[in-house]
Amino acid sequence: MTEETTRPVQADCEVSAIQKLADRLYTLEINAPELAVRACPGQFVHIACGEGNFLRRPISICDVAGGSLRLVFQAKGQGTQWLSTRAPGDTLDVLGTLGNGFRLSGIGARPVFVGGGIGVPPLLLAMKAAKAQGAEPAAILGFRSKSMVILEEEFRALGTVEIATDDGSYGTHGFVTNLFKQRCQDFTAVCACGPRNMLRAVAACAGEAGLPCQVSMEERMGCGIGACLVCACALKDENGGTYYGHVCKNGPVFDAKDVVWES
Amino acid sequence: MNLAVDFCGVTLKNPITVASGTFGFGHEYGQFFNPSALGGISVKGLTPTERPGNPAPRIAETPSGMLNCVGLQNPGIDRFISEQIPYLRQFDTAIIANVSGNTVEEYCGMVEKISDADVDLIEMNISCPNVKCGGMAFGTQPRMVDEVVSAAKKYAKKPLIVKLSPNVTDIAEIARAAVGAGADALSLINTILGMRIDTETRRPVLSNTMGGLSGPAVLPVAVRMVYQVRQAVKVPILGMGGISSGRDVVEMMLAGADAVSIGAALFRDPLCPVKALAELKSYLNVHHIENASALSGGVLL
Repeated sequence: MTEETTRPVQADCEVSAIQKLADRLYTLEINAPELAVRACPGQFVHIACGEGNFLRRPISICDVAGGSLRLVFQAKGQGTQWLSTRAPGDTLDVLGTLGNGFRLSGIGARPVFVGGGIGVPPLLLAMKAAKAQGAEPAAILGFRSKSMVILEEEFRALGTVEIATDDGSYGTHGFVTNLFKQRCQDFTAVCACGPRNMLRAVAACAGEAGLPCQVSMEERMGCGIGACLVCACALKDENGGTYYGHVCKNGPVFDAKDVVWES
Repeated sequence: MNLAVDFCGVTLKNPITVASGTFGFGHEYGQFFNPSALGGISVKGLTPTERPGNPAPRIAETPSGMLNCVGLQNPGIDRFISEQIPYLRQFDTAIIANVSGNTVEEYCGMVEKISDADVDLIEMNISCPNVKCGGMAFGTQPRMVDEVVSAAKKYAKKPLIVKLSPNVTDIAEIARAAVGAGADALSLINTILGMRIDTETRRPVLSNTMGGLSGPAVLPVAVRMVYQVRQAVKVPILGMGGISSGRDVVEMMLAGADAVSIGAALFRDPLCPVKALAELKSYLNVHHIENASALSGGVLL
């Protein structure tokens, strides 16, 4: 890609489809050719959510098709609730594409994508890209319960998929980290996105197995481009010290070895 | 039409600058517009040595605004001078170096060091609400303002702007103390101290419990304080707090500002300063005003 297609832009994007997937979980398609050409797996967009919400909301990119972006998000606070009430034909003010995504060059022949809850969506585009470069990817996906399972068919089209639910109502009973632990020697690398505790457990397990591990982190954001410095994430420096990097600019995807997991 | 304004003998090509802490050192927003469009850039607040800042969460949304407790994360003044000034000098815009310290001696050292660097104006921050020592502690009592400003002024070889805190009973008294101590100009307002509590966890949203409020919510407070300071002192005023459009720029100038800064509005709209400049031009056109500087202090009572 040239500099012209990596530099983020602000675009007014038309909503082409919006649908509820599960309790508070929505899939949103926007017509965004300028963003689609820039999108890399693991990146996010930053969406203005109505006059009543001052700050934009960062939403990970779930999929790209032609000139469209697919975004899957959870209606959690006022901003994302506003977003969930958009209709086809509405226009959204979107910044993107932002952040450093998954680096797929060193993931080997059998990478695994481990996701938990609303951390699952960005792994779809990453797994798609892994398959396109000739790998045989697998996914281990965790959800609270059967009714919260999303994107299963899309993942199954790309490789082997195992599902865990917290309450045992679907797939394996328990956390994805247990499934990952049992199988981690089968894989050449792991890319993970989900709650911090899940990422920490995946990172620890990958570390013991000597498996390259990338994690997509989350933090409350402001500008989304690295100017305001609010989305601090403690990272290790080369000299054994620590410093605050920023999720929006240095991440959201980090090498798990660079993250300070102890809080 | 003449957009240029004279600010302590430094010509700003137009009255719109960007506020310290919202624009980094220009790299990020430079992806969205050419920083040469700006009258000036007030850089991220600098300290004698690198500061890590506070842990996350450092931000909380509020009605029409936000709280932050970044805590002056910055690479330190030496790396600013060696790494960032050459970058910023590519652009045809004034560099405003925002400096802080923990003690009077540190403020003096910062002002001395930055005076010998290639910057146009020095903005002395005595109003940061998010650091334990220094910062706002210096900016809320006239006696302390006098002490730190008169000491630092001795080392200033560039125009010295003193950035005031709104977290005071009488802003005019603070302004008079700063000007009496030698401030060449004033900038205001820094953020207003605020707090939010998560009602589910009963814990403060911010890691530092309290933080500074900015965004459109603070505009009327900023306009009021700039107006009061304009009545109290004669030096140039850099007005800021909640500006997000050309009309807000005009309002702040009418209240008494000679130039303005846009801050948190950037987070909502990266092109805000460019749009505000176009709106300012259009206002001047419609109202047949030849010089932007003619707006300053033009409120009719």
